[in-house]
Amino acid sequence: MDNAQPRLVMKKIVKEFPGVRALSGVNLTLYPGEVHAIMGENGAGKSTLIKVLTGVYPIDGGAVEYEGKKVIIKSPLEAQLLGISTVYQEVNLCTNLSVTENIFIGREIKKNGKLNWRKMHNQAKKLLEGLQLQIDVTKLLSSYSVAIQQMIAIARALNVSAKVLILDEPTSSLDRDEVNQLFSVIRKLKNEGLAIVFISHFLDQIYEITDRLTVLRNGEYIGEYMTKDIPRMDLVSKMIGKELVEMKKIESLAENKTSLNQSFLSTELLGLQGKIDPFSIQINKGEILGLAGLLGAGRTELARLLFGADQPDKGHIHLKGKQIKFSSPKQAIYEKIGFCSENRKSEGIIPDLTVRENMILVIQGKYGWFRFISKEKQREIADEYISLLNINPANPEQLIENLSGGNQQKVILARWLITNPELLILDEPTRGIDIGAKTEIMKLMTNLSKEGTSILFISSEIEEILRACDRVAVLRDRKLEKEFNNNEELTQQKLMKEMAGGV
Amino acid sequence: MIQRLPLGYKQLPLVATVSIFILMYGFGSFRYTGFLSSQVFLNLLIDNSFLIVLAVGMTFVIISGGIDLSVGSVIALTSMVAASLTMNANLSPLIVVPICLLVGSIIGGVQGSLIHFFNLQPFIVTLAGMFLARGLSYVISVETIAIDHPFFDFMANTRIPILGDSFITISVLIALIIVIIAVFIGHSTKFGRNVYAIGGSEQSANLMGLPVGRTKILIYTFSGFCASVGGLIFTFYMRSGYGLHANGMELDTIAAVVIGGTLLTGGAGYVAGSLFGVLILGIIQTIIVYEGTLSSWWTKIAIGVLLLLFIVLQRIIVIRSEKKQNSS
Amino acid sequence: MVNLLMKSKLLWPIVVLVVILLINLIFDPSFFSIDYRNGKLVGSLVDILNRGAPLILISIGMTLVIATKGIDLSVGSVIAMAGAIGAITVTSIDGEGLGPLFIAVGLTLIVSIIVGGWNGILVSRIGVQPIVATLILMVAGRGIAQLITGGQITTVYYDPYQFLGGGYLFALPFSIFIVTFVLLLALFLTRRTSLGLFIEAVGSNPEASRLAGLNSKNIMMMVYMFSGFCAGVGGLILSSNVMSADGNNAGLWFELDAILAVVIGGTSLMGGRFNLMGTLIGALIIQSLTTTIYSIGVPAETNLVIKAVVVLIVCLLQSPEFRRKIFGTDKVNKNRVKKESEGVTLS
Repeated sequence: MDNAQPRLVMKKIVKEFPGVRALSGVNLTLYPGEVHAIMGENGAGKSTLIKVLTGVYPIDGGAVEYEGKKVIIKSPLEAQLLGISTVYQEVNLCTNLSVTENIFIGREIKKNGKLNWRKMHNQAKKLLEGLQLQIDVTKLLSSYSVAIQQMIAIARALNVSAKVLILDEPTSSLDRDEVNQLFSVIRKLKNEGLAIVFISHFLDQIYEITDRLTVLRNGEYIGEYMTKDIPRMDLVSKMIGKELVEMKKIESLAENKTSLNQSFLSTELLGLQGKIDPFSIQINKGEILGLAGLLGAGRTELARLLFGADQPDKGHIHLKGKQIKFSSPKQAIYEKIGFCSENRKSEGIIPDLTVRENMILVIQGKYGWFRFISKEKQREIADEYISLLNINPANPEQLIENLSGGNQQKVILARWLITNPELLILDEPTRGIDIGAKTEIMKLMTNLSKEGTSILFISSEIEEILRACDRVAVLRDRKLEKEFNNNEELTQQKLMKEMAGGV
Repeated sequence: MIQRLPLGYKQLPLVATVSIFILMYGFGSFRYTGFLSSQVFLNLLIDNSFLIVLAVGMTFVIISGGIDLSVGSVIALTSMVAASLTMNANLSPLIVVPICLLVGSIIGGVQGSLIHFFNLQPFIVTLAGMFLARGLSYVISVETIAIDHPFFDFMANTRIPILGDSFITISVLIALIIVIIAVFIGHSTKFGRNVYAIGGSEQSANLMGLPVGRTKILIYTFSGFCASVGGLIFTFYMRSGYGLHANGMELDTIAAVVIGGTLLTGGAGYVAGSLFGVLILGIIQTIIVYEGTLSSWWTKIAIGVLLLLFIVLQRIIVIRSEKKQNSS
Repeated sequence: MVNLLMKSKLLWPIVVLVVILLINLIFDPSFFSIDYRNGKLVGSLVDILNRGAPLILISIGMTLVIATKGIDLSVGSVIAMAGAIGAITVTSIDGEGLGPLFIAVGLTLIVSIIVGGWNGILVSRIGVQPIVATLILMVAGRGIAQLITGGQITTVYYDPYQFLGGGYLFALPFSIFIVTFVLLLALFLTRRTSLGLFIEAVGSNPEASRLAGLNSKNIMMMVYMFSGFCAGVGGLILSSNVMSADGNNAGLWFELDAILAVVIGGTSLMGGRFNLMGTLIGALIIQSLTTTIYSIGVPAETNLVIKAVVVLIVCLLQSPEFRRKIFGTDKVNKNRVKKESEGVTLS
C-alpha cells in the first residue's frame, strides 16, 4: 500500500492566530483505503489542522496537494465539492431541522424544481439503516440523543461521494456497541477505498481501527508511523514529549491515606424524575468517592442534584448531619461545595473574561457586590494559582478562551480551590485534555483529599477511578447500583461488569 | 434555547395564531352587527396588503436569525421615488415600477452584503439602512408629492369582485401571490431550507457546506424587494409620496411576524403564520373602529398585550416540552 | 497588549468625534470658543453636552443591558411615559415652591424603575429574549403615555419644572450635572464594586455564571431597572426642556440612537465586555453630528443620511473583517471576529 499514490498531501502547513502559532510546518499524507490517526495532546493542533484542511481557516503557509494536484481550499463547501467530508467533535448539525434535512441539506433531491421530500425521507431511512439505526427521520434532530445525532452526522458525511472522510472524535459520546457499529462502517468504507482520518483520545480504538498515524505536539510535526509498528508507550511519550515515569506514580496515589469515616454529605433517597432514581450516598471527609458508569448512567445528573444545579423532587440532603436544601448553586457554594462541570465550554469558562477574572469569579460572587477584591489582590491570587497549577501561558490577563482545554480546566479548578471547598465535585475533569494535565489534576486531587477535602470524582476512565478513589459507586441506567471499597479485590473487570449490568 | 424543541412545537404557535384570529373574529361578529360580512374580512386584506408583503420578507429574515429594521423607511423611499419619477420626471409606470423594485432590492442586497462580508450585526446595519432610506426620501423632497396618474388610479380603484357583492383590490392579489410564492420557497426550495438551517445554527450551516453568505444576502435582498413591493402598494393606497410614510411600520411588521408564531431567535416559523399575524393586527383596529368610543392609542396597547400573550405562550410551550422530554 | 487593545477600541470613536468637531471649526471658526454671559457659560461645546444629556443618560443604561447580552427597546417609550407622568403630576398638583417638583421627580423615577423591573422580570424570570420582551413595552408604552396625557400635548406652566432640563448651576447647564452624577454612579457600581464583573460574566456565559454561584436573575433585574431609571431621568429632562409632554413623539427613536451610541463606543451587541467611556463618546458623536448639521446649514432632514453613513463607517472601522480586507492588516480568522470585537478590557 506504500506504493499507492497518496490521495492527499499537506506539506509544511503553517497557521497563525493572533499571538499564537497553532501549526508550524505540519505534514500529513493520506492514502486511499487507509485509516489515518492524528495523535496529539490538547493544543497539539489536531483540530486546527482539520479546520485548515476543510477550509474553515485559511492557510498561512505550506501547500496542499489533492490527488496529485495543488489545491487551495477556501471554504467547507469547496472541501466537500472536492470530496472531503467531516464529522466534527461537537455535532455540527441544525437541531431545528428534521433528521432527513440534516442529512440532505445542501444537496437535496429535487423533482420538477421542487424538493422531493418523500424520496429524501426514504433514502435517509435507508442510509441510517445501513448504520443499524432505525429512527423516525421526519422528526426534528433535537428529539434525539447526542449519540444518535453523531450517527446522523456520520450518515450525512457518507451521503456525499466522499473520497476523504474526517472523523474528529466521533466516539467520545458513543457507547461500546455504537463504537463497534461505527467501526464496522469505517472498515467497510476503508475497503471501498476511502481515505479516513480518525481522531480519538482512546488509545484502544486507535490501535483497533487505524493503519497509520501522524503525531503532533504543540503545533509541530513529530512524525508519521505505521500503527502496528509503534508500541503504546512509545506513542504516548512522543505525544507528551517526556518519558512516562509520572504515569506509573499515579498507581500508588490512593495508598497509605488515613481515611476518615466522618460523613460530610449524605443523601436520603434523593431523586429527580426522569434524571436519576432516588439514591442514598455518603461522602466522607477527606475521601475521594468515584462515580463510575456508562454515558447516560446518571452520573452528571446525580452530581447536579448535590450542587443545587437541578432541584430534586424527592428525598433529602444531609450536610454534616443536618438536613439542608440547595435551591441554587449559590447555596451549595456557601456550604463550601464546588462543582466543575463536564461541559467546560458551555458551563465552565467565561470566554470574554481573563484568566484572572475567571479565577476569582466564585469567591467574588460569594463576597457579593460590595466586598470588592482589589485588582492587586486579584493579581496576587491569580499568580499564585497559575504557578501552583502550572498554567500555561502564565499570564493572568490572557483571555481564557485563548488557552488550551487542559489549561482552561486548570483555571476552572483554581476558581474552586480559591474558595477552599470542603467538597469538590469534579465531573470528567480529565476529559479531552492531554496526559500531562491529566496527571497533574489527579495528583492535585490526591493532595487535596489528604488535606481533608472530600472529592466526588466522575470519570469514564475506569483506570483513573481505580487509581485515585477510596471508594467507588457505580451507576447504571440512572440508578445507583453498588458501592465498592477500592482495595485489591476491586478490578477493572468487576467494575465494568457492574457498569454494563446483566450477568 | 431552541435546541430541545420536540416536533409538536413546530405547529403549535401557528395553531394558536389561527385560533386567536378566529376567536377575535367571532368576538367581533358577536358584538357588532355587520362585522360578520365577507367584505369586512376582505377589507382586512385590502387595508393591510402592504403589511402582508412586508411580513413575508421579514419572516424569512427573522427565521434566519436576523432582523430588518429598514422596511418602513424603504416604503417611504419607494413612495417618494415612485411619486417623483411619475410626477416630476413624467416617466411611464413601466419604467417607474421596476426602478422602485430595484431600489428596495438594492438596499436589501447591500445590507445583506455588509452583514455577511464584514460580519456586522443585522440590527445595526438595517438600522443604518432605516436612517438612510428615510433620509434619502427627504433628500428627494421634504414635501408630500401627490400622485395623479391613470395607472395609479387604476391600481387603486380597480375592484375584483368575488362572492357576489364583495371585492378585493389588485394589491390584495399581489400580496396573496407573494404569500403563495413565499410558502413555496420556504418549504420546497433549497434556498428556503437553507434559511431555516442558518437560523438553527449558522456555524453548523457553514460547516455543512451550505452557501451561508449567498443565502444571507438573498434573504435581505428578498426582504428589501418585499419592502419595495409593499411600498408600491402603499403608494397605490395613499397616492402620494412622503418621507414620513409608514413611520414605525417595521415595528408593526415585526409584531405581526411574532404574533404569527415565528421565533425571534430564528430557526422556526411559517409565512402563513405571518399572514394571520397581520390579520390579527388588522382585526384589532377594526374592533376599535367598531367600538367607536376607544381612542387610537388603545391599538398600541392591545398589540402590546397580544405580543405579551404570544411571547409568554411560546415560553410556556418551550418550558413544558422541555419538561416532557426530560421525564420521558 | 491589553492596553493597546483598549486604545484601539476607543481610538476610532475618538477620531470620529474629533473629526466631526473639526469640521465644525472649518465652517465656524468660533466653534470651540466658550463665552461667559449672564452667569452662564455659552458655546457650541456646552450646547452639545447639554442637548446630548438625555441620550448620554439612556446610553449608559443601555450599555449595561447590552453587556448582559440583552437589549432595551423600550427606552424611547419610557421617555414618553416619564415625560407624561412628570408633566401631568406638576400640573395636577396645586402648590407653590419645590414641593410638586420633588413629588413629580420622585413619582416618575419610581414608575420608570418599576417599568424597567417589568422588562427585567420578563427577561430574567420568565426567560423571554430581551429584544422581544422589551418590544412589548416599546409598542404599548407609547399607548400608555398617550393614555396618561389623554392623547394631547400637555403643556406645563409650573416654572421650577424647567430647572431640570434648562436650569443652570455654577454657570453650567444643570443637565450636565445630572449626567455626570449618573455616569459616576454607573462607573462606581461597575468598577469599584464587583457588579461590573458579574454583568460581564453573565453576558458572556450565563449558565457558567449560574454554576459559579452568581445570581444572574438579580443582575439582569438590576440592569433593566437601571436602564428604566436612566430613561426616566432622560424623559424628565426632555420634557422639562420643552415644558410639555407629548406621548406620541417624545423620545422617538431614542432606543436606536442609544444602541448606536453603545455600539459606536465599542460594546458588542453579543454581550460581555462593556465600555462606559466608549458609550459616552458614542453618544457625543451622535449629538455633535446633529448639532453640526444644523450649524453648517445642511437641510435638517438629511441628518438621517449622514447618521446612516457615520454608523456604517464606525461599524466598518471596528470590524476586524473590514480592516483585514481593506487594509490588509489584522490577521484574524473568520470565526474569531465576533470575539475579537469584544476584546475591550477594563483599564
